[in-house]
Amino acid sequence: MADKIFRVNMSDLTTSIEAVPEAWMGHGGRGLTSTIVAAEVEPTCHPLGPNNKLVFAPGLLSGTVAANSGRLSAGAKSPLTGGIKESNAGGTGAQYLARIGCKALIIEGQPADGKWYNIALTSDSITITEESELVGKGNYEVAKTLSARFDGKVAVITVGQAGEMKMQAANISVMDPDGNLRSHGRGGLGAVMGSKKVKYITVDPGDNKVEIAQPDEFKTANRAFAKALMAHPVTETLATYGTNALINVINEAGGLPTKNFTLGQFEGHDKISGETMYDIIQERGGKPKHNCHAGCVIQCSQVYNDKNKNYKTAGFEYESIWAMGADCCVEDLDDIAEADYLMDDLGIDTIETSVAIGVAMEAGILEFGDGTGACRIIRDEIGKGTALGRIVGNGAGSVGAAFGVTRVPVVKNQAIPAYDPRAVKGMAITYATTPMGGDHTTGYAVTANILGVGGNVDPLAKDGQIELSRNLQIATAAIDSTGMCLFIAFTALDDPECLPALINLINARYGINLTGDDVTNLGKSILKTERAFNQAAGLNNADDRLPEFFYSEPLPPHNTVVDFTPEEIDSFWNF
Amino acid sequence: MQLTVKLFAYFRDNRFAVEVREYPSDTTVGEIIDQLEIDRDEIGITMINSRHCQFETTVHENDILAIFPVIGGG
Repeated sequence: MADKIFRVNMSDLTTSIEAVPEAWMGHGGRGLTSTIVAAEVEPTCHPLGPNNKLVFAPGLLSGTVAANSGRLSAGAKSPLTGGIKESNAGGTGAQYLARIGCKALIIEGQPADGKWYNIALTSDSITITEESELVGKGNYEVAKTLSARFDGKVAVITVGQAGEMKMQAANISVMDPDGNLRSHGRGGLGAVMGSKKVKYITVDPGDNKVEIAQPDEFKTANRAFAKALMAHPVTETLATYGTNALINVINEAGGLPTKNFTLGQFEGHDKISGETMYDIIQERGGKPKHNCHAGCVIQCSQVYNDKNKNYKTAGFEYESIWAMGADCCVEDLDDIAEADYLMDDLGIDTIETSVAIGVAMEAGILEFGDGTGACRIIRDEIGKGTALGRIVGNGAGSVGAAFGVTRVPVVKNQAIPAYDPRAVKGMAITYATTPMGGDHTTGYAVTANILGVGGNVDPLAKDGQIELSRNLQIATAAIDSTGMCLFIAFTALDDPECLPALINLINARYGINLTGDDVTNLGKSILKTERAFNQAAGLNNADDRLPEFFYSEPLPPHNTVVDFTPEEIDSFWNF
Repeated sequence: MQLTVKLFAYFRDNRFAVEVREYPSDTTVGEIIDQLEIDRDEIGITMINSRHCQFETTVHENDILAIFPVIGGG
């Protein structure tokens, strides 16, 4: 069964299943969503109007038994940044889409009747049905209802109330194997799905399997690949403490943005750390390790229970905990977990929303450290779509604009996450230059700056940072196209067996002969495609800059500032 | 001389999270790690006063030494 493009037009409620154009054949995941958005979306269109398109694409290896290959990319023009967006998530979506032969799902147009719809996919059908039952419901209820209706056998991709209200921080949630939620978190893609009036998408894989061109070679490559991942020590700490192991590391390094980016260390760091979280999870009968998609051998996710030992949240990530914790000075992990649960249920990005609340704290809307107040704003203001809720739900830049705050940590209007660019200078280059806006995943220079993975680059100096960020951004664009979780990069940077095994997997899946250079060139071309879209949308070099305060306000304890010149930042693109 | 030693992640198991400890002058980071019976191969990151250091780095009075296993995430 050849892969197909599944297309849904929400203006006239028509659908088609099309052959894959030659130019899209070698793409998957981010490479494909960005290629399709660049080819089919007018860059100057309104992101929430009928001319934007929402694209989902499983990675090149998704749906196979390759370890860690279950990431799904979603792309569109972002209502938050005004540029191109790709955001990827775990859950069962990527694998089931790949199994029905869906290389990409393109949702275009907008219904004129204002009604809500759901979309159901199988290997040979697309059905659009008017939806009324689940409109206005949170993601957990959507997931629970659909799990029961379909006996847990379909993938569910959904928006919560934030997406329905077209908030710029709204995310798209994907149900994980246990019926909990993973998110295409960043850039307001939930608002794009809401603007198309699509409440949820289901994917029924039936008995379909992904065809492997060279099964024996595939098996051998997967064995080597999984072995390398399992052998790397980072896998052990990720499975035990989750990504939240980073709280204490980044705090120690003086790069943990605290109190709306005014300090580099948080007094309450140990109370919200991965170590403390592990103890709480054990004490309350949660799960310290958990996989967000079948086939993950790292298992960095977890299930966090409340004081009564009942489920509270899952996939409780470092960046989410940092944003509501250190950035808002909230020291109580249970308050942070409550906020995380509420944001997941409403379907709103934990990073953008919590950083927005940090800016609101600076504006005096509530006190720093007021976790209960933060939860109230999420539940009663954002959740009910009040005027304040919509201001916060449109992100950190929106709060800054509404209340006249000048310390607003955004790039291209997207909130900067958990690594202060004054103390982790490689991240200054990544935040400034990535076509995605303030985003850590696109070029995770924390590796060599702080973690000692893939070399060592002094985090407080400029030397080597541009090259580091460039190499990482190119590699990441390629990895994001494979469906692989980005955490394979820790192994790939350290273990020479890992990357060749990954390339062998792709070659065996499709019966092709990619080389390492081909993969690098793929990463380069994706970045250039994305940048060209942004430029055509009206973004220019001046948008590749950090907010002014990063250049002028020294960050304790190191008291450093961002000191890259505009020319140095622009030299990132010399490739 | 006195030194504050901080341990993280599983290095805390059966040891401590933070302690003020006594060491002779000219002690190196590597020697402290050896005395704590932590395998050097398991070390991911070491920092003195929030700056990265090496096994050979000599510690000084009132330094804060932080010792982490290999950590990732993001």
